[in-house]
Amino acid sequence: MAMTLRDILNKLLGRQPASATTARERLQLVLAHDRSDLSPELLEQMRREIFEVVAKYVEIDLEGGEVSLETEDRMTALVANLPIKRSIKPAANPPSKADESEDQEPSETKEAEESKESEAGESSD
Amino acid sequence: MAPTTRTILICSGKGGVGKTTLTANLGIALGRQGIRTVVLDADFGLRNLDLLLGLENRIVYTAQEVLAESCRLDQALVKHKQEPNLALLPAGNPRMLEWLKPEDMQRIASMLAEQFDYVLIDCPAGIEDGFKNAVAAAKEAIVVTTPEVSAVRDADRVIGLLNTQGVSPIQLVLNRVRPKMMANQEMLAADDVTDILALPLLGLLLEDEQVIVSTNRGEPLTLTKSNSPAARGYANIARRLQGEDVPLMDPAKEGRGLRAKLWQLMQTKIF
Ligand SMILES: Nc1ncnc2c1ncn2[C@@H]1O[C@H](COP(=O)(O)OP(=O)(O)OP(=O)(O)O)[C@@H](O)[C@H]1O
Ligand SMILES: [Mg+2]
Repeated sequence: MAMTLRDILNKLLGRQPASATTARERLQLVLAHDRSDLSPELLEQMRREIFEVVAKYVEIDLEGGEVSLETEDRMTALVANLPIKRSIKPAANPPSKADESEDQEPSETKEAEESKESEAGESSD
Repeated sequence: MAPTTRTILICSGKGGVGKTTLTANLGIALGRQGIRTVVLDADFGLRNLDLLLGLENRIVYTAQEVLAESCRLDQALVKHKQEPNLALLPAGNPRMLEWLKPEDMQRIASMLAEQFDYVLIDCPAGIEDGFKNAVAAAKEAIVVTTPEVSAVRDADRVIGLLNTQGVSPIQLVLNRVRPKMMANQEMLAADDVTDILALPLLGLLLEDEQVIVSTNRGEPLTLTKSNSPAARGYANIARRLQGEDVPLMDPAKEGRGLRAKLWQLMQTKIF
């Protein structure tokens, strides 16, 4: 996001940003939704299902997790930011019924690792 | 049909942002360059193009009679007195909307393309039938917006629809710009709007009282000797349409003095 000297000064002084800056940010958000043509319910459902899938592999911080739409150059992207508390299994080894017994195997515990998982890019023109 | 004819839709989504005023001024400006131009009023519900051109008393037939084949095209065309290269094809009765189809608009546009180099279509606001009919006739589009959130959002909707209809190129005109507000960052900058909409900027028009004065008289600014900011803006848009490389005006530089310079520095994007 572009920033101007004035934006920085306003931030330092704890003042409201210039209204043009606010307008730009609000537009970018609303257009991401308009362009994707996803209803809030569908987006919410997708968010839940994404969380469910990811939770099969890693323990995620549900509070800090976020799935949102971003848009640039008329391209809309689904951006998921899901902080990982710890991985349940060593990576690249999807859980299956057969190896359910290896629970005690010490998996590498990564504390709240911020991972930016992203980009199911999709154009919506 | 003359294959080189440019059929350009002038549209916006949001109402009242300056489509009809742009159509009228562009029509005159192109005519002045010796280009055979016709402006087609596709706003059948609320026609106004005749009024802005000062031609309201000279209308005999309209697009309606042409489509019904109860008159010839040249009988319906109203030639502009002061600018003989420009003609208007007036909108018919609002009840036309009940039966008008996209094919009808296509038929009119191709008839016009036989006689003119430019066909400018003044589109109604909104994205309903009136818009869809008008789009069907167009190859290119100019999207008019003001630097306000609602107008930009509506423009975005229209651009999406134009894209799916295969209209290309689509260019942007930013109207009613207030340089002082822009310099103070209390109005979206031209870059903001072109970035958000991802369209090239064809021109920028300042908020200008002379627009209202000229509307009162039914004489588009480009017809008069006016050198007001909007008059220059309209003329520049016509020249750019013709492929001339006319530099864009920078509203931030319109202000002079130390204060304006300081504001300019303050709004420079640093990252
Ligand atoms: N640059 C300008 N400066 C000042 N006033 C302007 C400018 N451009 C347009 N206007 C005024 O804005 C009003 C709306 O203009 P216009 O009728 O051209 O818009 P429109 O997009 O065609 O509207 P509609 O959607 O109703 O067809 C008019 O009163 C016009 O005089
Ligand atoms: Mg209009």
